[in-house]
Amino acid sequence: MNADQLIPLIFGRLTLEALPLHEPILVVTMIVVALGGVALLGALTYFKLWGYLWKEWFTTVDHKKIGIMYMILGIIMLLRGFADAIMMRIQQAMAFGGSEGYLNAHHYDQIFTAHGVIMIFFVAMPLITGLMNYVVPLQIGARDVSFPFLNNFSFWMTTAGAVMVMASLFVGEFARTGWLAYPPLSGIGYSPGVGVDYYIWALQIAGVGTTLSGINLIATIVKMRAPGMGMMKMPVFTWTSLCANVLIVASFPVLTAVLALLTLDRYVGTNFFTNDFGGNPMMYVNLIWIWGHPEVYILVLPLFGVFSEVASTFSGKRLFGYTSMVYATVVITILSYLVWLHHFFTMGSGASVNSFFGITTMIISIPTGAKIFNWLFTMYRGRIRFELPMMWLIAFMLTFVVGGMTGVMLAVPPADFVLHNSLFLIAHFHNVIIAGVLFGLFAGINFWFPKAFGFKLDRTWGLVSFWCWVVGFWLAFAPLYVLGLMGVTRRMRVFDDPSLQIWFVIAAVGVAVIAVGILAMLVQFAVSFKNRDKLRDETGDPWGGRTLEWATSSPPPDYNFAFTPVVYDTDAWWDMKRRGYKRPKTGFAAIHMPKNTGTGIIISGLSLVMGLALVWYIWWLAALSFLAVIAVAIAHTFNYNRDYYIPVEEVRETEDARTRALAGTEA
Amino acid sequence: MSATAIKTDEPVVFHLPEEPHHPEGSSTGLGFWMYLMSDCLIFAMLFATFGVLGGNYAAGPGPKELFDLDLVAVNTAMLLFSSITYGFAMLAMGKNRINQTLVWLAVTGLFGLAFLGIELYEFAHLIHEGATPQRSAFLSSFFVLVGTHGLHVTFGIIWLVTLMVQVKFKGLIPANKRRLMCLSMFWHFLDVIWIGVFTFVYLLGMLR
Repeated sequence: MNADQLIPLIFGRLTLEALPLHEPILVVTMIVVALGGVALLGALTYFKLWGYLWKEWFTTVDHKKIGIMYMILGIIMLLRGFADAIMMRIQQAMAFGGSEGYLNAHHYDQIFTAHGVIMIFFVAMPLITGLMNYVVPLQIGARDVSFPFLNNFSFWMTTAGAVMVMASLFVGEFARTGWLAYPPLSGIGYSPGVGVDYYIWALQIAGVGTTLSGINLIATIVKMRAPGMGMMKMPVFTWTSLCANVLIVASFPVLTAVLALLTLDRYVGTNFFTNDFGGNPMMYVNLIWIWGHPEVYILVLPLFGVFSEVASTFSGKRLFGYTSMVYATVVITILSYLVWLHHFFTMGSGASVNSFFGITTMIISIPTGAKIFNWLFTMYRGRIRFELPMMWLIAFMLTFVVGGMTGVMLAVPPADFVLHNSLFLIAHFHNVIIAGVLFGLFAGINFWFPKAFGFKLDRTWGLVSFWCWVVGFWLAFAPLYVLGLMGVTRRMRVFDDPSLQIWFVIAAVGVAVIAVGILAMLVQFAVSFKNRDKLRDETGDPWGGRTLEWATSSPPPDYNFAFTPVVYDTDAWWDMKRRGYKRPKTGFAAIHMPKNTGTGIIISGLSLVMGLALVWYIWWLAALSFLAVIAVAIAHTFNYNRDYYIPVEEVRETEDARTRALAGTEA
Repeated sequence: MSATAIKTDEPVVFHLPEEPHHPEGSSTGLGFWMYLMSDCLIFAMLFATFGVLGGNYAAGPGPKELFDLDLVAVNTAMLLFSSITYGFAMLAMGKNRINQTLVWLAVTGLFGLAFLGIELYEFAHLIHEGATPQRSAFLSSFFVLVGTHGLHVTFGIIWLVTLMVQVKFKGLIPANKRRLMCLSMFWHFLDVIWIGVFTFVYLLGMLR
């Protein structure tokens, strides 16, 4: 065997040409990222933080730390996804009157694909999972989730998926197909490169994590609630999280299956979604939207929960219509499976099918509308405090309603035939996702940050971020509504009609304003950290909270609650305060907790290697890493020694420290 | 709001005096059920795909030319027997008889291997006749549906062997009993899926 045969055997289709050295933008990015990475790794080594990170964070099974790691992952990926957005906006604002802009088609197509994939899978999903992970066990008075090891494993699988997407930026390419990779474009014939393979394996690896974390949180909510907390006494955020996780478990397997079939089409040459030998590309489109539409509600439902908590806390009132809120959530959960076809009314399935899906889509706006009224009635005659989370709630209501209404417009099949694939659609879903999901996340971050870190976030920079986001959003997306109505389609790189340019310029200004908003948020974190002593909250209940997470210290101890609380009311903590609850200062017992484990990060690392090997056709490495995954998983099951007791002295010391801190605030 | 009916001055307990005991693994049954249902959805997608594409022969061979029902009947019997013997293993486990449990688990594993052997033979035979997964959408969806089931059985056998080793060395401790219970659900679940495959793919295929 000579070298010409040996090298492909070892490296698959990975060659030096895979490095995008011909793209100056990417080369500069690569240099910056490399320098930043080296600096970060160097700093970690210099300050001897590796052991600390490994012991306290990477191998942790504490739901609070895992939640925080999810949030960090989401915020880092937000910067990447937003960088893509800026590049698209600049390109579209420039490429008029014969100008090609500054991005070639090959690069531009990767950018809009990466933007969508990253924002949905690696920004919104980690941020939401992080929030649920952190808050849900505290809200239900539990010590951790049902399966703490799986929780750690899920996080690392999500991270491995994110790493794969980032790797595609510097080695090879990303998909150029749009974020759902419709065949036949994503088939091997039209996309022979590694881009779609990166897409597939990144989503498959992250999908394992998402499905398992869904199962985990459902089991936690069903099994681990504090005594007295019946289903109809759960906080609304826990309810919406339960529904979102039911959706995850009932929809992500569909994504797994459909991507597996696409993989087989690409790798083995089967004919599921091909145009010949009996394949049917529309099958893919149907299947992926059977996952895709519930996914939209997975994203937004938990944030509806956040808004409910924020509305009642900052209005100083019980939530209006708790029961209707719960039923609205459940109805949305069910209906979300009956609308998928509205994503492709133009498929040509006929008037009756389109009518059915048009009507079900319009029906979904009823429970959603009910929620809006519930929040309004909660505020009505409340003592409203305009803290940052409350501001986000109001911005959400004003903005999201517009997105909801344009959604109902798109649900009318004849209107959809005109607006399908236009910038109107782009404006619509950014209107609901940014206003619903992102604003909700910002409300949640500002709301629960003091719980997680023991100090509030800086208000001034929070306001800067708030106004930039809200104004920037409207500047960036109102023009797209206009352009969409004029018939401009999505994913265009260059334009002929110069009269359109002004709208794209306005949109580009909008994205610049949003950029200031994101920057202000990062500054807000930094400033708050710097002034943490001034912003410190020793009470554990900085907002006058209503649910159990505010009953413990900020940040909560490893075991969350020294004694498991007993619940009598939906607003359990508010109820306890009202009845003159006294925190017990004696009688502590040892607490049973799960042990840390490195298995999660090891398996996910091996899965990452397997994914990269499969992308590059390095078969020996793929087989080897797959076997290693199995071996490590089996070895893990031989460890029966997975828990320990926090000794009673340690519990007493922690609680005594809190007693002293509380005495300090009262003095 | 029944909760507000409690009088404010009434003395209430806000904490249990004793730790509520969540026994080790008390959520495992529920969690594993949910995993099985998510897996069931993967199969549902493959069944749906077969339902849509299963008639697209692309001028290639169809079920009548390809399927050997006698062979499939034997194969089905292997899997059904393996479910029965797994049931015997669980009965032995209930009586805390380690060796008896191990023997029945081994028999289950052998039936599983026989099932896989016959399935691989069938696949090899089909491919030899030119009825490859690439030949038509019907064959693509056939191979992937049946093959995914076979892959599950393969992992079930690996899991079974692992558990046998663990039972051998650790005995029938609660953790191992819980694991045997999970594998039991998994194994019977695969049986149910196979009954779907047998009916929907093979029997109905012959009627097409």
